[in-house]
Amino acid sequence: MSITEQRPVISKLEQQELRRLLAENKRIDGRNPLQYRNISVQLGYVEKAEGSALVELGNTKVLAAVKVGIAVPFADTPNEGILIVNAELVPLASPVFEPGPPSEESISLSRYVDRSIRESKSIDLSSLCIVPGRSVYSLYVDLYILDYDGNLIDASVIASVNALGITKMPKYVVEGQAIKKTDEYFKLDLKDHPVSLTYAFLDDKYVVDPCLSEEYASDFTVSMTVKADDRFCAIQKNGGGMISPRRVIELLERSLELGKELRTVAYRQLAGGNG
Amino acid sequence: MGESIALFSEDGKRSDGRGLDELRPIRIKVGVLSNAQGSAYIEQGRNKIIAAVYGPKEALPKHISLPDRCILRCRYHMAPFSTTERKSPAPSRREIELSMVLRNALEPLVMTWLFPRTVIDIFIEVLQADGGTRCAGLTAAVLALADAGIPLKGLVAACAVGKADGKILVDLNDLEDKYGEADMPVAYNPTLDGITLLQMDGIMSKEEVEQALSLAITATQKMHKMQVDALRERFSVQRREV
Repeated sequence: MSITEQRPVISKLEQQELRRLLAENKRIDGRNPLQYRNISVQLGYVEKAEGSALVELGNTKVLAAVKVGIAVPFADTPNEGILIVNAELVPLASPVFEPGPPSEESISLSRYVDRSIRESKSIDLSSLCIVPGRSVYSLYVDLYILDYDGNLIDASVIASVNALGITKMPKYVVEGQAIKKTDEYFKLDLKDHPVSLTYAFLDDKYVVDPCLSEEYASDFTVSMTVKADDRFCAIQKNGGGMISPRRVIELLERSLELGKELRTVAYRQLAGGNG
Repeated sequence: MGESIALFSEDGKRSDGRGLDELRPIRIKVGVLSNAQGSAYIEQGRNKIIAAVYGPKEALPKHISLPDRCILRCRYHMAPFSTTERKSPAPSRREIELSMVLRNALEPLVMTWLFPRTVIDIFIEVLQADGGTRCAGLTAAVLALADAGIPLKGLVAACAVGKADGKILVDLNDLEDKYGEADMPVAYNPTLDGITLLQMDGIMSKEEVEQALSLAITATQKMHKMQVDALRERFSVQRREV
């Protein structure tokens, strides 16, 4: 059962301050409403993973790591590799994260990141088949939220795409019935560089890349993922509240403008990037 | 994806004979269960979905309650026999996400401040699934809330729009959902001009999203009328009984 979330209390004063500033197009951390926080990307942070990236978006820290293995394909897609995205809201990241089975927030986050990667066709899953119906590559993207200061979605998409962008795939050879791992590797072919843009709405105003207090004070957020060719591959409204269709169209335009810049900054280190 | 599946016949009709902006046949009935405070049943194409509402009632354990308003609990669930392959009755990740998305779509409609420290339970059971179940379930759940006499700012009707074979279309069926290029569920209230549910997956350009959105608005306006008619039918029957 999904139950009305109990947000940590943020003081009336802070709420009022956020709104007062926003009325003048200012924000509590000095940004303008359409400005992202600083982004830093550290590629290959975990050596044991075939691909990994530590992303800092302001004070939000997300570590994405890709583990590659082989698996039996799903019955309905015998010729396709398997992609699984999982997000862990690690308790050390925030007092509101609790140990235990995945919360609906973590499920919703990983499903959104999954859609951003899968629907953008960033990975050609049919190229990850080893023996049809029997053996395919499996890509597990594990997201570890290490420090939580808002906007997990955008940071997680950036971390996942960066990690996949440097993923080394172990080569397997088929010897009769057996499939053997070799010492050789090839680079995973990443076909797109999607970015997600998240907007938080406070009354009739909105800000991009909300920090935690903005997220808590907001009525709802809207995330949109844009591909390098300016088409959209995922959209989601999170939280209660209502948005007018006119506003949705405005956000689509904004996302195309802001997406280009964000893509350049977020994937600067990926060689041969198409962003 | 779907090269071998024909989503359109040669005369341009969809696999079930509809035009691009044509909804599937919809049948709605309000007040179908005896125990629930409010309930509603919807058939949309081959979807068969029941929604029930219990509450407002005391929120227990007490720590889940809020001092200034009621809380909502929502469960979207698919029956094991609702799909071609049996679905495990345990809630899947998809059902957990949809329960949250649907709660978020209903919460802005409920005048929650009128019932502090209480809880309203909303149950949506998909008995037969044919694509667009979250939307049909939401259309029914709002009516169950209304049937329970819970004050609402308005109703929302929900409908999936999307893209298949390069064409923008409304109310995707199971086939179009699976093999089409994009799926965008939208819940909309025409009087408040508000969208309470918005999701999209698949690939669409900005222009295509805009076009799909306007199709969704027209479709949900039609469905809104059906919702109002269903409520009228329910309460006019009661008047005769008195």
